Amino acid sequence: MPLTDSLRDDILASVPSLRAFAISLSGNGDRADDLVQETLLRALANIDSFQPGSNLPAWLFTILRNLFRSDYRKRRREVEDADGSYSKTLKTQPAQNAHLEFEEFRAALEKLPQDQREALILVGASGFSYEDAAAICGCAVGTIKSRVNRARSKLSALLYVDGAEDFGPDDTVRAVIGGSGG
Amino acid sequence: MKDVKVNKGGLNSEIQSRIGHQLRAMYDDVVRQGVPDRFAELIKKLDSAETPHAAASDAEGRD
Repeated sequence: MPLTDSLRDDILASVPSLRAFAISLSGNGDRADDLVQETLLRALANIDSFQPGSNLPAWLFTILRNLFRSDYRKRRREVEDADGSYSKTLKTQPAQNAHLEFEEFRAALEKLPQDQREALILVGASGFSYEDAAAICGCAVGTIKSRVNRARSKLSALLYVDGAEDFGPDDTVRAVIGGSGG
Repeated sequence: MKDVKVNKGGLNSEIQSRIGHQLRAMYDDVVRQGVPDRFAELIKKLDSAETPHAAASDAEGRD
């Protein structure tokens, strides 16, 4: 369909969530904005292939995701070569408490396999249905569901190894419980 | 082989809601920043650049 004023406005209205998606995927603001820019350019160049009445955000998210994936494959090699410069950009400023918790969460999110991370973000943050998320990722609905579940349990293991009960008391707990023991 | 065993009860669902909350907080923090000028300008620029092209192929003939 041609680029009408209302379609253009709708694309613009999707920018905030596209940015949030890009930042959650890449963990890097500058790179995320480049991804969004590239997404908008692609979308406008291919606007004829957008089906009127279909889900515009899902269409845009699909473009962004595919760009991120091809970009990621390229960059992974660069990052491996660049001894630690990437991780340096990740921990920019030392933080206050709330910020620290935030950073911990983000760091845990980064540790998830890419498939799981994107599924979790699409469903848990962007608010897409499992069906839309499956269309965006080009996989079956059941696959998305299991990725989301695995992402959640991995995050809880990374962030809240309150699994203390499952693993047995750690040193701190032991020190408290057996404090008198010496 | 089983993964880490997680309590089926309150702890697990409490953790899950904490994760959901943090995920949305992180996401919404960015959403609330709105549309940076950079993108509004980009679209405006592309839009005006594209109009003659679209008009040529589509005979839409705006202005």
